[in-house]
Amino acid sequence: MATSELTTSDRAAPAVRANRPSGRGRRATALTVGAILALMTVFPLLWMLTSSVKSGDEVLSTNLLPHHATLSNYAYVFTQVPFARYLLNSLIVSVVVTVVALWFHSMAAYALARLRFPGRDTLFLVIFSTLLVTAPVILVPLFLIVHTLGLLDSYAGLIIPAIFNAFGIFLLRQFYLSIPSELEDAAIVDGCSYWQIYWRVILPLSRPVFAALAVLFFLANWNAFLWPLIATNSQSLNVVQLGIASFQQEHANNWNYTLAASTIAAIPTLGLFALFQRRIVESIKTSGFK
Amino acid sequence: MTAVAQAPAGTSSARTGRRPASRRRRETVAAMLFLAPDMLGLLVFLGIPMVACLVLGFFQVDGFGGYQWIGLGNYERMFADPLFLHSLRTTLLYLVILIPGLFVVSLALALLVRQRFPLVGLVRSMLFAPNVVSLVVVALVWKFMLTDQIGVIDRVLGFFGVTPPSWLGTPHWALASVLVVTIWFAMGYYMLIFLAGLQDIPREYYEVAKLDGAGPWQTFRHITWPLLKPTSFFILLTSTVSMMTGGLDLLYVLTSGGPANSTTLIIYYIYQQAFVYGEFGYASAIGAFLVVILLIWSAALFALTRGGRFSDGDK
Repeated sequence: MATSELTTSDRAAPAVRANRPSGRGRRATALTVGAILALMTVFPLLWMLTSSVKSGDEVLSTNLLPHHATLSNYAYVFTQVPFARYLLNSLIVSVVVTVVALWFHSMAAYALARLRFPGRDTLFLVIFSTLLVTAPVILVPLFLIVHTLGLLDSYAGLIIPAIFNAFGIFLLRQFYLSIPSELEDAAIVDGCSYWQIYWRVILPLSRPVFAALAVLFFLANWNAFLWPLIATNSQSLNVVQLGIASFQQEHANNWNYTLAASTIAAIPTLGLFALFQRRIVESIKTSGFK
Repeated sequence: MTAVAQAPAGTSSARTGRRPASRRRRETVAAMLFLAPDMLGLLVFLGIPMVACLVLGFFQVDGFGGYQWIGLGNYERMFADPLFLHSLRTTLLYLVILIPGLFVVSLALALLVRQRFPLVGLVRSMLFAPNVVSLVVVALVWKFMLTDQIGVIDRVLGFFGVTPPSWLGTPHWALASVLVVTIWFAMGYYMLIFLAGLQDIPREYYEVAKLDGAGPWQTFRHITWPLLKPTSFFILLTSTVSMMTGGLDLLYVLTSGGPANSTTLIIYYIYQQAFVYGEFGYASAIGAFLVVILLIWSAALFALTRGGRFSDGDK
């Protein structure tokens, strides 16, 4: 795509063609500056990764790569604390929240985008305005409500409050507005109910936007720390972020172990990002503006 | 947004006239059913807490159960509480440096990665990468690198003969460290939003400017900057809100608000009052105060940029 843009602009403006040598020089400069900044940016993550395979004697050295790479830190993490359980808890919470959120939000977004009913635009504005409410501000009342509902220190208490946010509704509504109505009209002519239209027409079309949102929801919940911290206290419910934070407190001077635990917590997020980066970038750009 | 809101209205008004009443009722009922789960959840876990935050501010809450109306008591206490005032001043200082810093860094990065050069996609991804890692991991990695004397940063500085301060052990440097880590973490996200704004500027403008012999600075000053205003507005607004209310995980793990409360930003103070000291009413009052400040900031920003410009560029 970049090359086709390049050729069009070359054809459109001969002046650009005349400037080509300096353009090449500028590209080389941009590449150099970009590469240096990018490497500096990922250095802390890289440092975490390489330090996590260093032995305890070597972890404080300034060698980027270990002399003797070892996986014993990882083995230690899994045997000293129920780390597999932490990972499983995080996985359960993130997957359930993501699936239910996509289902609920797509239903709401379908109604807001494709169905006509009185007060629709007002309702959308009300939902939209809740985007300005950030979780930490309502933390205290949310905690009291979840306590009143008897959901503290349970999977339900971890999962249910995390499902609801206006961001997903907003993004899905924007997507559904762009679907041509012919598809729905055909379904209506065939005598489909609204549920059937949603199930057979809207959902199959939602696949790309679901993929993007699923990654974002999964990342947000996998990385969540604050709500699990205050909503749970039994160790069997610890999610991975809580696990690594308390692990560090208990092993303050053994960074090789803590960094191995951190690496395990970070790998799924970085992996998902590597796999879905185009989708993630697109949905962030969309959330930013349109 | 306005254009978007009108689109369905336009298509519907064309058809509404011909729709029989029974069908319209059926459609309304269907819409209500589709909306019900999310509306109920948003009400219970977002709407009610929002109102409750304002109401709780007038109560004294002891542990669990006892609620006692104390009127403006919590608010009076707030402005007589030296720790709260200190935290307010710290937050202000933090934001005054962070928001412009983050703005400039992410804009500069966006201007860099907007250019076409080999591997630009990879560079963008690498600059964004910190943002997908959890703040707990971020805090742990930096805590490791910033460890006094034995951390990699102190080792490298020592190699160059610099005697580094205790990064997380002295009040000013601790706040500075939080600032740097926050910018490092968040810059990729705002870079992408700036990039989207930059890519919306029509190419032809730049070609014309080039033909007219405009230099890079003139091009930026007269084309990029004015046309980027809606994006800049959006970023100033959202970054302030999220930086003022976010980052608690980072503070909790990296500095625990210390040393000497130097990194106890308001959001951390709220957490501390509520979940360390059990002062739910007092914490809610501070939360409500935070909401009011954010509303004033949003309104001021909207007025200053004459809001209209925003909708102007947003079509």
